[in-house]
Amino acid sequence: MAQRAIREYDGKAIFSKHWEEYFGGFHYGFKSVLVTSGAELKAKAQEHGFEWLKREPLVAKPDMLFGKRGKNDLVLFKTAKPGDVTLDAAAAWIDAKMAGTTTLLSGQHGQLSHFIVEPFTPHSQAQEYYISATTVGEDDVLYMSAEGGMEVEEGWDEKVNHIAIPIMMSDADMEHAIKANVPKDIPAKDKEKFTSFAIQFFKFYRDMNFAYLEINPIVMLDNNEMAILDLVARLDDTAGYLMAEKWGEIEYPTAFGMEDQSPEEKAIAEADAKSGASLKLTILNPLGRIWTMVAGGGASVVYADTIADLSGDVKDLANYGEYSGGPTTGETKFYAETVLDLMTRHKDPKGRDKILIIGGAIANFTDVAKTFTGIIQAFENYATKMKAHNTRIYVRRGGPNYEKGLKDIKEAADRLGLYIEVYGPETHVTDIVRMALAK
Amino acid sequence: MGALFTKETQAIFWNNNTSAIQRMLDYDYTISRTKPSVAAIVAPTSNNKFEKFFYGPDEIMVPVFRNTKEASEAFPKADVLLNFASFRTAYDVTMEAIAIKGQFKTIMVTAEGIPERLARKMNQAARDAGVIVIGPATVGGISPGAFKIANVGGTIENIVNSKLHRAGSCGLVTRSGGLFNELSNIIAINADGISEGVAIGGDRFVGSVFIDNLLRMESNPDVKYMILLGEVGGTEEYKVIDAVKSGKIKKPIIAWCIGTIAKHFSSGVQFGHAGASANADAETAAAKNKAMAEAGIFVPESFNDLPNKIKEVYTNLKAKGVIKDIVEPELRTVPKVRRAKEFICTISDDRGDEATYAGYPISSVATPDTGFGIGDVISLLWFKKRYPKWATEFIETVIKTVADHGPAVSGAHNAKVTARAGKDVISSLVTGLLTIGPRFGGAIDDAAKYFKYAHDHNMTPADFINYMKKEGKTISGIGHRIKSVRNPDLRVSGLKKFAAGNFPATPLLDFALEVEKLTTSKKDNLILNVDGTIGILMVDMWRALGYPEDEIDGFIDAGTLNAFFVVGRSIGFIGHILDEKRLGMPMYRHPMDDILYNVEKATDL
Repeated sequence: MAQRAIREYDGKAIFSKHWEEYFGGFHYGFKSVLVTSGAELKAKAQEHGFEWLKREPLVAKPDMLFGKRGKNDLVLFKTAKPGDVTLDAAAAWIDAKMAGTTTLLSGQHGQLSHFIVEPFTPHSQAQEYYISATTVGEDDVLYMSAEGGMEVEEGWDEKVNHIAIPIMMSDADMEHAIKANVPKDIPAKDKEKFTSFAIQFFKFYRDMNFAYLEINPIVMLDNNEMAILDLVARLDDTAGYLMAEKWGEIEYPTAFGMEDQSPEEKAIAEADAKSGASLKLTILNPLGRIWTMVAGGGASVVYADTIADLSGDVKDLANYGEYSGGPTTGETKFYAETVLDLMTRHKDPKGRDKILIIGGAIANFTDVAKTFTGIIQAFENYATKMKAHNTRIYVRRGGPNYEKGLKDIKEAADRLGLYIEVYGPETHVTDIVRMALAK
Repeated sequence: MGALFTKETQAIFWNNNTSAIQRMLDYDYTISRTKPSVAAIVAPTSNNKFEKFFYGPDEIMVPVFRNTKEASEAFPKADVLLNFASFRTAYDVTMEAIAIKGQFKTIMVTAEGIPERLARKMNQAARDAGVIVIGPATVGGISPGAFKIANVGGTIENIVNSKLHRAGSCGLVTRSGGLFNELSNIIAINADGISEGVAIGGDRFVGSVFIDNLLRMESNPDVKYMILLGEVGGTEEYKVIDAVKSGKIKKPIIAWCIGTIAKHFSSGVQFGHAGASANADAETAAAKNKAMAEAGIFVPESFNDLPNKIKEVYTNLKAKGVIKDIVEPELRTVPKVRRAKEFICTISDDRGDEATYAGYPISSVATPDTGFGIGDVISLLWFKKRYPKWATEFIETVIKTVADHGPAVSGAHNAKVTARAGKDVISSLVTGLLTIGPRFGGAIDDAAKYFKYAHDHNMTPADFINYMKKEGKTISGIGHRIKSVRNPDLRVSGLKKFAAGNFPATPLLDFALEVEKLTTSKKDNLILNVDGTIGILMVDMWRALGYPEDEIDGFIDAGTLNAFFVVGRSIGFIGHILDEKRLGMPMYRHPMDDILYNVEKATDL
C-alpha cells in the first residue's frame, strides 16, 4: 500500500503530540474523544481529564474517513439551537445513528460505528480559514483560503491560493513563497498569524510524512487559540518504519461502506504480513462464479480486466488478489485452500459451472513447480467439494521450472478427477479466460 | 541519448545477490560478451574479497567491496549501479552513488516501499545530477544482446524463447515487472522481439517515467516502434499523449492501460501497484486508453487483443521496409551441470605444454641467459608482477643478507638439536622455521607496520616514540645487542647503500633514520637494526613500484615480509642441518647443571 487514510481523531492526536515543537506561539487544546457507542462516551466523561464532556456543549460526528458530514446531516451541534448539545443528547444521538444503516449522498452505504466528540466552539464565520497540503505530480502543494467551512469547494479557483513547493526547495525559499501567496482577503489583524501558522503547518505536514492533510476550517480564536474543527488526513504508510514513535498507535480503517474484512481476507493479510512473499485477497462477490488465483500484481489486474470484459457481468468475478515474490509451498497451499473453500460455499445461482483461473505471467524468479505443489496439496483436500460445484480449472503460467509445474498440476487434477486445461507461455496470458467462458 | 546499455556496459551490484548476479553472467556468456556485466559487488558486511561465479563452464571471481565508493574507484568505467538494498537503505545507497560525481549514468533501485518523500528526493537528486533512475520497485530493464539487469527475463530458457538474447526492433516500457516478461514473450511471438525495455516500477514515485524512456527510444535508431503498458492511476500517460501530439514522438506507439476493472468498484479495492489508484476520471484506465487512441496511438480493444495489435503494427512496418530481417546470432549454451571449484590458483598454471609462473613459461625464467634471477621468480610467484631490476636485486640482497646468523640463534639451534636427534632434513628444517615469529625474525613485519603507520599518520619522530611508549610497545626494528652507533652493523650499511644507489626514493627509511637519531641520543645501541631496515625498505620498494597504501598494508598483514626472512634463513638452516649430518654428532642432551631446578610439591585445592 502507500497512502492510507486515518481517522480525524488520530490525525488530531498527531497534531497534539507535536504541537509544541511545530506550532510555537499557538495553542491547541485537543479536546477530542473517539467512541463506538453512547455508553462509551458517558463512561469517558467520568475519566479524569475529560470533565469537559459534562461541562461544555458538544459536537458529535462520525469519524469513518468519509467527508461532507454536514451535508449528509451527520454533524450533531444543536438540539434546539447551536451549542446546546449535552452529553446525554450526544450519547443518545450516537446510539440512534448506530441503530440502522446509513446511506450517504454519494451512495456509499454502511453501518456507522466510530464517532468523534468535541466541545462546541463558538466562533464567527470570519474566524474560519482553510488550509491543506498534498502532493501533486512531483511537488508538494499548499492550499490556503480566507474562507473556511464546507462552502470552500464551491468557487475553489477564486477562493484558494496554492503554492507548489518542489521537494528540494530550501526552507527559506519555502517560507518566502508562502508569505508571498497568503490570500489577500485575510484580514490584516490575522495576516501575520496566519502566515506563521501556514509555514508551521507545511513543515508539520512534510516532517510527519503526511500524504494529504486538510483542516477545514481552522478557526483562529483570541489569544492565539486554534481550533481544528474538521480534519482529513492520509499518511504515507511506507514511512511507517521511520515514524512509529512520532505517529503513535495508528489504525487504518476500511473505507465506509466496504464491509469490514472477512475472516478469510484477514487471515491472508496476516499471512502476508508474516511472509517475505506477497499474498493478497479481496472478495468482490462471494456468490461469484469465476475465482482467480493469480501470481503477480500486474497479471492479477489483467485477469480481472479480462474477466470483466468477457463475462459481460462483473458480478461473475468473485475475488481479486495475487501471490508473488516466491511464496513457500506451505504459504501457497494456505492461499489456495482459502480460495477453494470460499469458492465451494455457494452454488452458482444460475446453476452454471464454477471456473477457477490459475493464472500468471512468465515469472522472473519464482519457481513455478514449487508454488504449484502447494496448490496441488489444496486440490487434494478440496477435490470432492470442487467436483460438487462442477469446477473447471484453467491454468496458464510460465517461468522457472514451468514445464514441471504444468505437468504436475495436470497429473494431479486428472488423478483426482478434476476438469483441467493447462497452458504455457505459448498461449496469451489472459486467453484462458476466453477459453473458459467460451465453453 | 541513444541506447540505454551497450555490450560494454558494466554494473556495480549493491548487495551480494548471488542468484541474480549468476543470471546476469549466464546471460553474458550466452550472448558472448567479452567482459562480464557485473564488474564488482558491494556488500557492506562481507569479509570476502571476491565472490565466485560461473561463466559458462568456467568460474570467474567478481571482486567484493565494502562500499560503493571503493568499488567505483576500482572500476571507474562501471556506470550502472544495481541497487538491491532493502527499502530501509535503498535511499541512502542511491544518494551516496549520485554523490560520486561522474560515475553512474544509470541507477536501478529494486526496493519496494521506500517512503514517498525519500523516493521523491532521490529521484530529484538523480535528475539534477543527470542520472537515470530505473525504479524503485522494479525488476529493471534490458538491452537484448548487450546488457541485462538482474532477474529480468527470468530463466535463460525463457530469455531465448522470448528472443531477449538479441536485439529486435521494439522499445518496451511497462510499469509492472511481471508483465514485462510477458510482454517480451508476446512481442517475440507476434513480432521480432525488443531492442530495449524498461519496467519503470510500481511505486507511486519512480525515477524515470514513461515519457523519459519513450523519448530516449525515439532517439535510438535501433528502436522502430514502442509499446507502452500503463496502469490505472496517475497522469504519466498524458505526457506521452502530449509528446505524440506535438510531434516529439514520431515512431508508432502501441499502448494499453491495465486496470479497466477499477471502474466497476467505487473505492476501497486497490487493483495493482501502489501507483495504481485513480484519483480522478482522467486517471482511469478507460479514460487514458480513449485519450491515447484519440491521439493516434495504437490502442487494442482489450488486453486480450494486444497481441493482434502488435502483429498488425509490426507487419505493417516490415512491409514498409522500416524493419529489416534479423540475422539470428550464434548462441553459446550454458552447461546444465556445473561444479564449483574448491581451490583457486592465480599464480601458476600447469595445464599447457609447459608450466608457467604468472604467465611466464619456466624455461623463459630458469637459465642465466633469460636474465631472470631468483628475485624475478619471487616477484612473479608472490606478486604476479614483473618487478624492475633494482627491485628484484633488492629482494635478492635481502635474501642473501638474512641467509644465516650463526648457530646460536634459536632457529638454527633448534635445527641442529633436531638433526642430532637423528631426524631428516625436512623435520629439522621445520623445527628451525617454527621459531620464526614475534621474537625471532618477526621484527621485520612489526617494524614495517609501525613505522608505516607513523609515517601514514604524519607523526613526527618524537610523536612516534611517544606513541609507542603510550602503547607500551618497544619499537620493532630499533636496537641491537652488540652493535651501536660507533660499531655499526655492516649488513644495515649495505642495505642502506644499495637503497641510496638504486631506489627512486626512500621516504620511510628517511623517516626511520630521523627516529634513530633520537633513540641513539638516549642510548648508543638503539640503532635501526637489520630487521627494521629490511621491513622499512620493502615498504619503500612497494611505494616506489606504485602500490596503493592499502595493498601494502595487505602485504604486511599477510606476513609477506616474514616470508622473505623464511626463504633466506632456510638456506642457513639447511646448511646447519647438513653440517650436523656431516659431523655425525650424537644425540644432544642439555647439561643438567645448566638448568635451575625449582620444583615445589603441588598443594591440594
